[in-house]
Amino acid sequence: MDSILLKVENLQTSFLVKSGEVKAANEISFTLKKGEALGIVGESGSGKSVTAYSILQILQNPGKIVGGSIALNGQELVNSGESVMSRIRGNKISMIFQDPMTSLNPVFTVGNQLTEAIMLHTKRRKAQARERSVELLRLVGINEPKRRVKQYPHELSGGMRQRAMIAMAIACEPDILIADEPTTALDVTVQAQILELMKSLQEQLGMAIIMITHDLGVIAGMCERVIVMYAGRIVESGTVDEIFYAPAHEYTKGLLKSIPSISDERQRLIPIAGSPVDMLSLPKGCAFAPRCDCAMKICLASQPAQSRISETHSASCWMNEKGRLENA
Amino acid sequence: MPNSEPLLKVNGLKQHFKINTGLFRSTLLKAVDGITFDIARGETLGLVGESGCGKTTAGRTILHLYRPTAGEVIFDGVRIDTPQKVMDMRSKAQMVFQDPYSSLDPRMTVQDTIREPLDIQKTYPTRKERDDRVKELMAAVELSSEQATRYPHEFSGGQRQRIGIARALAVNPTFIVCDEPVSALDVSIQAQIINMFEDLQETYSLTYLFIAHDLSIVKHISKRIAVMYLGKIIELATSGELYKMPLHPYTKSLLSAVPIVDPNAEKQRKRIVLEGDVPSPINMPEGCSFQSRCPICTDRCRQEEPDLREMSDGHYCACWNVQ
Repeated sequence: MDSILLKVENLQTSFLVKSGEVKAANEISFTLKKGEALGIVGESGSGKSVTAYSILQILQNPGKIVGGSIALNGQELVNSGESVMSRIRGNKISMIFQDPMTSLNPVFTVGNQLTEAIMLHTKRRKAQARERSVELLRLVGINEPKRRVKQYPHELSGGMRQRAMIAMAIACEPDILIADEPTTALDVTVQAQILELMKSLQEQLGMAIIMITHDLGVIAGMCERVIVMYAGRIVESGTVDEIFYAPAHEYTKGLLKSIPSISDERQRLIPIAGSPVDMLSLPKGCAFAPRCDCAMKICLASQPAQSRISETHSASCWMNEKGRLENA
Repeated sequence: MPNSEPLLKVNGLKQHFKINTGLFRSTLLKAVDGITFDIARGETLGLVGESGCGKTTAGRTILHLYRPTAGEVIFDGVRIDTPQKVMDMRSKAQMVFQDPYSSLDPRMTVQDTIREPLDIQKTYPTRKERDDRVKELMAAVELSSEQATRYPHEFSGGQRQRIGIARALAVNPTFIVCDEPVSALDVSIQAQIINMFEDLQETYSLTYLFIAHDLSIVKHISKRIAVMYLGKIIELATSGELYKMPLHPYTKSLLSAVPIVDPNAEKQRKRIVLEGDVPSPINMPEGCSFQSRCPICTDRCRQEEPDLREMSDGHYCACWNVQ
């Protein structure tokens, strides 16, 4: 039996703005096993980053967790208080962000920022922490780590900054590494380096990874399981093979069809019609229904229930229910 | 009679920027350093490369948004060398920009934005004709006429990019430089815009220079592709040939780094992972620009710069170690 590391149940995160409540993450439930790589894929505004921020409780005002539970090794995190969370952040769960330039402090050296994280969470003293930072930079593949620890973020290239971020994130050997679009700001050749690095660290340190991205190609190469989000909800979840070869939600299907691949020879792309949803005025039924080719009356009227397709695969789409009703 | 002469000829085009490094000192940033290619009428040429390789500067220099340092641009048989010729070219050559947020004036309505090039170029003498043309253009990019009096902030990213395309089409151009036109858009919207580019090309017989860093999209839309690295074109071939038989070590690694949307293919493929990042284009070393990251670099590469040579029919590559 794989042990469950993180269990998120019915997570509700809302942003209370002047014009109403934005349900940025709505009834989010998933589990993460030890050492597993889970991908969360969705477009901008689909709630994937909000879900990650909720886990670490680093939401910015006016964002707030309004319901549900997040349990790490059985310990409840929602409403656990700032002192508990500050021991978990960076220690048990750490995060790397999309833009390594804005998430590193420009007025401190890389070494300073690394030792700070190490000293905060371990009993190491300054000299030991310093040694450990050099070791970490070497681990993430930065050349001449002894010289680099003394440099400021602006002296490093984009790829190197992201490596430094990863070094900081793994400083305390966390159980979970959340990567929020870690390669979106990088070039493809550098992206390949960073993904290889993350994969090898996952194996070496046995940590679980939550990979948040809009790039299905990155998911295909990195993850074992995938969650697809749309308009704040999980619309489909399953193993990589299930999601890529037997998608069960119309949105996932559309997404896979609309992406050009370098290996195919198609003359024409099949786009998803319409525009992304307005989170302030979500439709009553399925949020994807206005853009869906297969939308039925029921899709516009009520929220689809989650249907199980296999042990690991489930989707929230009335089309699956329809098939089942006809078969019955 | 169909004109077989290429629509655009770019010959040894250079764009060097002077960078001040001290009070009296400056150094040269060679953003584009001698690129040469042709684009046939109705063709789409893809220009790919990583950030900082000079692809955007190349596009802008071709349209003379920057005055070229050296080299020539021959558009529709005319050598663009005087301000008047630049003006004339701009009525036939337009640009679609990457960021649909910053490339539209937030204080202008959609119809004003689209009409502005018509007001300047005076192809339509009366206001009525120009307004009709605006309606026609909005229909061509699938925007409804009720949206004409709205402001950019009322539109989504995909719709804003449609406005940008309509503005580029306003003066009936024959040539459009598309500078990363879909990279700021959501995945589900990208395909809509790509299809629209293809449809418009068909309807208005357009010629595109399609600049992007996403190789899958470039491959989809282009007939031929030029790969740039640090201001130079290092490989140029038809898109099918480039993907099946890349010659330059940089192209090979670039292709192997692109994530494939297929888990099984991802598991099987062998990646050529390059060391390091793209070096700075300031104070470039002698010889080949790719030497610092090249897995097959030799002494000759460190001394002499390779030229773009034709390896097989229409397939050009700049590498000493490719025969």
